Amino acid sequence: MMSQVSAHETHMMPFAKVINVAKRNPIWLVLVVLIALFSFQTPYFLTVFNLSNILYQAALIGFLAVGLTPVLINGNVDLSVGAMVALSACLAVSLQHIGFVPALVIAVLACTCLGLLNGIIVEYTGVNSFIVTLAAMLGVRGLAFLYAGDTSLSSPTSDLMELGMMAVGPLSATAIVFVIFVVVFQIMLSRTAHGRNTYAIGGNRAACENAGVHVRRNVIVNFAVSGTMAGIAGVSMAAQLGAATPSYGAEYELWAIIAIVLGGTSLQGGRGTMIGTFGAVLALAALRNGLNLIQVSGFYVLVILGLTLIIALVLDRQFNRE
Amino acid sequence: MLLQIIRKPFHLSYYQLVIAFFGLALIGILFVAPTMLSPDNIKLVLRQGSIPALMAIGVTFVVISGRLDLSIGSLLSLCAILIVDLHDKVGPVIAIGAGLGIGLLVGCVNGFLVAVLRLNPLIATLGMLSLLQGISLIYSDGRNALIMDPENTWFSFIGRSYIAGIPVPIIILIIATIGFSILLRYTTFGRKIYAIGGNEAASRYSGINAKRIVFSCYVISGLMTAVAAVVFSSRVMGAQNNSGSGLELYVLSGVILGGASLFGGSGTILLSVVGVMILEFIQNGLLIVGLPYYTQWILTWIVIIAIVWSDLASKRYREHQ
Repeated sequence: MMSQVSAHETHMMPFAKVINVAKRNPIWLVLVVLIALFSFQTPYFLTVFNLSNILYQAALIGFLAVGLTPVLINGNVDLSVGAMVALSACLAVSLQHIGFVPALVIAVLACTCLGLLNGIIVEYTGVNSFIVTLAAMLGVRGLAFLYAGDTSLSSPTSDLMELGMMAVGPLSATAIVFVIFVVVFQIMLSRTAHGRNTYAIGGNRAACENAGVHVRRNVIVNFAVSGTMAGIAGVSMAAQLGAATPSYGAEYELWAIIAIVLGGTSLQGGRGTMIGTFGAVLALAALRNGLNLIQVSGFYVLVILGLTLIIALVLDRQFNRE
Repeated sequence: MLLQIIRKPFHLSYYQLVIAFFGLALIGILFVAPTMLSPDNIKLVLRQGSIPALMAIGVTFVVISGRLDLSIGSLLSLCAILIVDLHDKVGPVIAIGAGLGIGLLVGCVNGFLVAVLRLNPLIATLGMLSLLQGISLIYSDGRNALIMDPENTWFSFIGRSYIAGIPVPIIILIIATIGFSILLRYTTFGRKIYAIGGNEAASRYSGINAKRIVFSCYVISGLMTAVAAVVFSSRVMGAQNNSGSGLELYVLSGVILGGASLFGGSGTILLSVVGVMILEFIQNGLLIVGLPYYTQWILTWIVIIAIVWSDLASKRYREHQ
């Protein structure tokens, strides 16, 4: 099936090729429309500074979305990543006294462990991953609050802030790391055995088990990777301000899932690409940024978030109907 | 393995084992904090618990039909802020009517999304959670609402007064529990809900209109959340714009603690209410012992996973035999 499509593509004219890509990833079209729309509305939108700012803002949700995409392709979901962002940010800030690098490593590893725990619970109890991670969303948030108390933590040194401000030309280091992750994960999904198994498990789990694929290992690894990415997102959020509160990252899991669904990944599992997720993350960041620039209240963002999620669900049903 | 050793001699199912564990935990807390059993404290906990318990009644309908409703926390916030805000502007009757109306409306929207459009109930109601939270922030402009003169309004009767020494919220809860239990157990509507949750395909072949029944379940859930919001705002005489945040999971864990299966087809109203009350008592005990508030979130995490796992394990065990 796949080879037929690509063989067909090589005979097409470049223009037709572009249309074909746009058809399969309509979200890139949406991104272009959004950019055009906001550029007409305000002169401050289409500037190098603002565009690199959008990429930077996209990176935080982007880390989560990149880590979550393989989990969703597997046919699972991880709703606890937003809470993990808070825990990781709090750990990264409060552990600065033991050294800069060890603090970041511990923060990320703690989230890897929580992701691993989620994966193990999902695989060995057979409970739906929605329920497991929904409960973990509350529990991990509780851990963050227990650890940090009700206050916000701030870093005694400026090392974290300097990490957040590192930049190459107009692009911040965070944004560059994000783009690198997108590329690495796309290669992982389309070129490695792990990636192929991820799609296959989402498509037909029973068949994979019969074919001798290590289904459990694959699912658990994807959960652990998703946790790791949440940890990285938490660290970069802490680096943004040099401070952290345990309420960081609330609703981030929703934004990430909306981005993934808009990017063409099916909630039933078995299909999706990192390029689609990337486009959708950028489109959502552009939407948020543009609404801010034309002075729409932040409260409306929650309403738009909910509406987009429901619309994305309806579209998902329409496009992915068997 | 260890579980088998404990379980076998007492002929317990996994579910009963988990319940026994929580029973023991409660008794343990009682030893540390004997003040929990004073009549005043019991009355206090029951009155506090009647708000999530009222929500649990509606959620039980949705859970029995094999679906979930996560929008109820935000819905409580929205209804409470609406009722409190309108109370001083147009009077209590219209305020209560508006709150109940919003509850019905949101129930209809949820029902439409899940039953008619057949969207994934978890994600669709999660979207509603965010949407409703946004609406209550926009409506209140980010401010908290307050009833200016709480002493001189009959509205305070619902949440604050007593009939024959029993707090009114508890009486409302008892009436609702009896009424909805009858609806669920002795009407064809109730039996159809169990049928859909138990085996949706079979119920379709028996000519049950699943669309209409599931729709009604969401409407009941929205309505009961609005009723809980009326009690809440009358009790507090004020509302924050995130009063109900996190309550959806708390109520859900109470409902499944009471034996309703997340896969649908089982559960009763009375046991759901008891489940919520058990959580309330454990939480009350944790606070009396002096543990931080957030411990209960971690507790909810453990409760949900333990109960759903035990439910699954007992099902598998029965199928083996």
